[in-house]
Amino acid sequence: MNAGVITVSYIGAGALFILALNGLSHQESARRGNLYGMLGMGLALLVTVVGLVTANQVFLIGGLVAGGAIGWVLAQRVEMTQMPELVAILHSFVGLGAVFVGYANALEHSVGISGVEKTIHDVETYIGILIGALTFSGSVAAYLKLSGKIGGKPLQLPGRHWFNLGLLIAAIWLGGQYVEQSAAGAGIGVLIVMTLIALTFGVHMVVAIGGADMPVVVSMLNSYSGWAAAAMGFMLGNDLLIVVGALVGSSGAILSYIMCKAMNRKFINVIMGGFGTPKSSGGAAGPAGDVGDVKPIEAQEAADLLLNAKEVMILPGYGMAVAQAQHIVFEITKKLRDKGVNVRFGIHPVAGRMPGHMNVLLAEAKVPYDIVYEMDEINEDFPNVDVSIVIGANDIVNPAAQDVPDSPIAGMPVLEPWNGKTTIVLKRGMSTGYAGVDNPLFYKDNTRMLFGDAKDSVDAVLKFLSA
Amino acid sequence: MRIGIPKEIEEGEKRVALTPEVATQLQKLGFTVAIESKAGEAASFDDEQYRQVGVEIIEDPRELWTGSDIIMKVRPPKEHPELGFYGVELLKEHQTLISFLYPAQNPEMLKELSDRGVTALAMDSVPRISRAQKMDALSSMANIAGYRAVVEAAQHFGRFFTGQITAAGKVPPAKVLVIGAGVAGLAAIGAASSMGAIVRAFDTRPEVKEQVESLNAEFLMLTFEKEGDEEEDGSGQGGYAKTMSPEFIKAEMDLFAVQAAEVDIIITTALIPGRPAPELITERMVANMKPGSVIVDLAAENGGNCKLTEANKVVVKHGVTLIGYTNLPSRLAAQASQLYATNLRHLLTDLCPDKNGVIDVNMEDEVIRGATVVNSGEISWPPPAPRITVAPKEDIGIKAKKALQKAAPKPAHPLAFLIPLVVCGLVLYGLGTVAPPAFIGHLSVFVLSCFIGYMVIWGVSHSLHTPLMSVTNAISSIIVIGALIQISSDSPLVVALSTLAVFITSINIVGGFAVTQRMLRMFSK
Repeated sequence: MNAGVITVSYIGAGALFILALNGLSHQESARRGNLYGMLGMGLALLVTVVGLVTANQVFLIGGLVAGGAIGWVLAQRVEMTQMPELVAILHSFVGLGAVFVGYANALEHSVGISGVEKTIHDVETYIGILIGALTFSGSVAAYLKLSGKIGGKPLQLPGRHWFNLGLLIAAIWLGGQYVEQSAAGAGIGVLIVMTLIALTFGVHMVVAIGGADMPVVVSMLNSYSGWAAAAMGFMLGNDLLIVVGALVGSSGAILSYIMCKAMNRKFINVIMGGFGTPKSSGGAAGPAGDVGDVKPIEAQEAADLLLNAKEVMILPGYGMAVAQAQHIVFEITKKLRDKGVNVRFGIHPVAGRMPGHMNVLLAEAKVPYDIVYEMDEINEDFPNVDVSIVIGANDIVNPAAQDVPDSPIAGMPVLEPWNGKTTIVLKRGMSTGYAGVDNPLFYKDNTRMLFGDAKDSVDAVLKFLSA
Repeated sequence: MRIGIPKEIEEGEKRVALTPEVATQLQKLGFTVAIESKAGEAASFDDEQYRQVGVEIIEDPRELWTGSDIIMKVRPPKEHPELGFYGVELLKEHQTLISFLYPAQNPEMLKELSDRGVTALAMDSVPRISRAQKMDALSSMANIAGYRAVVEAAQHFGRFFTGQITAAGKVPPAKVLVIGAGVAGLAAIGAASSMGAIVRAFDTRPEVKEQVESLNAEFLMLTFEKEGDEEEDGSGQGGYAKTMSPEFIKAEMDLFAVQAAEVDIIITTALIPGRPAPELITERMVANMKPGSVIVDLAAENGGNCKLTEANKVVVKHGVTLIGYTNLPSRLAAQASQLYATNLRHLLTDLCPDKNGVIDVNMEDEVIRGATVVNSGEISWPPPAPRITVAPKEDIGIKAKKALQKAAPKPAHPLAFLIPLVVCGLVLYGLGTVAPPAFIGHLSVFVLSCFIGYMVIWGVSHSLHTPLMSVTNAISSIIVIGALIQISSDSPLVVALSTLAVFITSINIVGGFAVTQRMLRMFSK
């Protein structure tokens, strides 16, 4: 196959990938977008296999089939609540893949280039492996954190910033060493040391970040996996990899930005480490109200409130996912809608453990997506809402973000159920959210607390609604 | 402990301090409950209903007064008109009386209670702090009074409240003025506006404006010049209004005079505790009202906001009907009893934290301390001033402003945006002078792709961010191509690495696309 056909095919694949991302702008076109993505990938693979592979096809086919089979099984088996973990572990594969490809390339010691070209190529290889290794170990750490195999609390080593700085300087210095040695045909040793440094850095970066910041971490790793691909593209001189890497990299970067904005946090602060450090929590960490102001409610009363409402807003958080309550929540929604109650869902951008997590969970429970709204779309509607139900959420419905200027979450955009007539909060107890800030919403006059496990509570409410 | 509920003996009083529903809840707290026969009859709860939930029915009220640990009533005790005994005289040590007691107006009764060594809690002395709202009987009764005031007004008003266009002609909506937007005022505003009237409201406390407007009523703002140019705020302690300055009152009266000529119904709720009601509606204003207008004076018991009002009567003067009923809650007896009984139940819940049927008058508890007027024979009224529960408003405002000032970024130099451009330009120039053309070609592809990515991703719906991540994840496995290019190498190590890379990225490609497809299939309308 001649080089022109291959290049043209790559252009086609790149265009298909852009169409794939573009398709995700609407639910209607999203599935077609995914098909475009598969087509693009198929095209790129086919052309490369037919046009560029000259030997070892057995290994190739073996790897493709075995990997594909595992991927298929994973995709079918994963629970929607585990999506963040799956995405994290898949990111780690991209990172690991980049490391292998980079090493393979470095071992080949591409002949025929020298001088500046050689230097640039070596730097590309070096950076590619660095990003790949960092993505790999960071994603593995994120996976362990998200799946609860290691604790969610930020691990903050003393002097961790100096530690990071030291790793960075070492990496840069080793980069210089590698370029020098590579000119003489060696340098693999340097690469291995650098890889170990990058792996350490990736793990250290992720474990220092608190649980509530996980959406940022996941999207940041998404971005890194893209940059790793782009670096590989530079290394191999392959424009398709560069295009895809740039697309994915900017996608992840934008997601990180959206998540940070939704928490009113600076990206750099998120990376630097978790919430709840003593200096940031300031004077606002105490209880936000008198315990006696809390008005508990029973499931039956909650059901009565819902039946007498015209407008109901459901505000889910990660707690709903943990309790696996989304299906019963939808049963309640159906019951109420049958009775003519207008039920809507309000989703905060950082609800859950990754961007869009709540939407996926609700979609899994068959909640129609046209009653699921973003925070900005519904925040102004709260004055007309008769009953808001907060399920397993805390910081994203915390009025302290608006009223208490020295609160750690001050300035974070939040859902405003307190502007509605009544708010029912489903909660296990009076504990604080990830940010460690008490929530004045729980003490408001028009708030009722329905204590207990979220699933048991919604079960009981559903029972009374059906009765 | 045993709770006893005697029948109310005040003339015209239809309320009762217990409903069958609340009786069940009290039993859950561990109490046994007894009630005087026919105590709930006037409020439509008959003896049978009480008996069904296990309440003992007692014929002789004296037996209740002597044999109960806790007596719960609505009105303060008084001489029994038929049986000729005074309940308080039957009480002895270790008994508890819970009722409206008005300790300021009834010092002798307080002394009598103290002499007998009993404990007495006055429902009208429950502190008006947010935590105690659930047992604030004054508020629940005021709520009913406000609602009933509108119903009474409607009864004596000769027209619709709501405006209508009918085949027989146009009906203008009634205009209602509510003076005092406390609990009763707000209830009246809500009831009148839901009946379709045009409602205006006045209050000396500007902070209630929002509450008034939330009930679709117009808040009449008082604007007047005063020395010191300071706006006067009528908020007093404990949520009541305080007495205002003479300038304020004059401006207020002018406003009422104008409004009186315009509106059809006036409902006054202005009461400052322990004082005679302020006169807000003068005889001249009444004379200026349209014939057929109605005034409901909720302050009639304390002399009335209008001097022409006569307590407990409906009178017509200057063609205006003046309603001076003093016990409006009793005119909605079933509702009032239910709310009052629930207030009592909340108070008992706080008094009996262990749910063992034994009350503990914990004088450390601010709410119980406030309500207790006699504690085991010791007069504990008046209570110390309540803690201020809401921080002064200005404080928060200033704090917020300071925080905002801190947060506000320094204004950037108008040409500051050029700095990154210049830096990028220099870097690119430097690269351009040394890098080979092939690299520059790749770089241009890279930069342009970043921009395309940027544009495309902003268009992605927020709800699809998870599928976006999984699909970008699948796509970024395009590095498999890097592995494919190198898999045909002669070096076994390179082949091994490439094969591994193919294997790993294949998991990703298939897994990523498949899981995306699975997710997207779930999104349905």
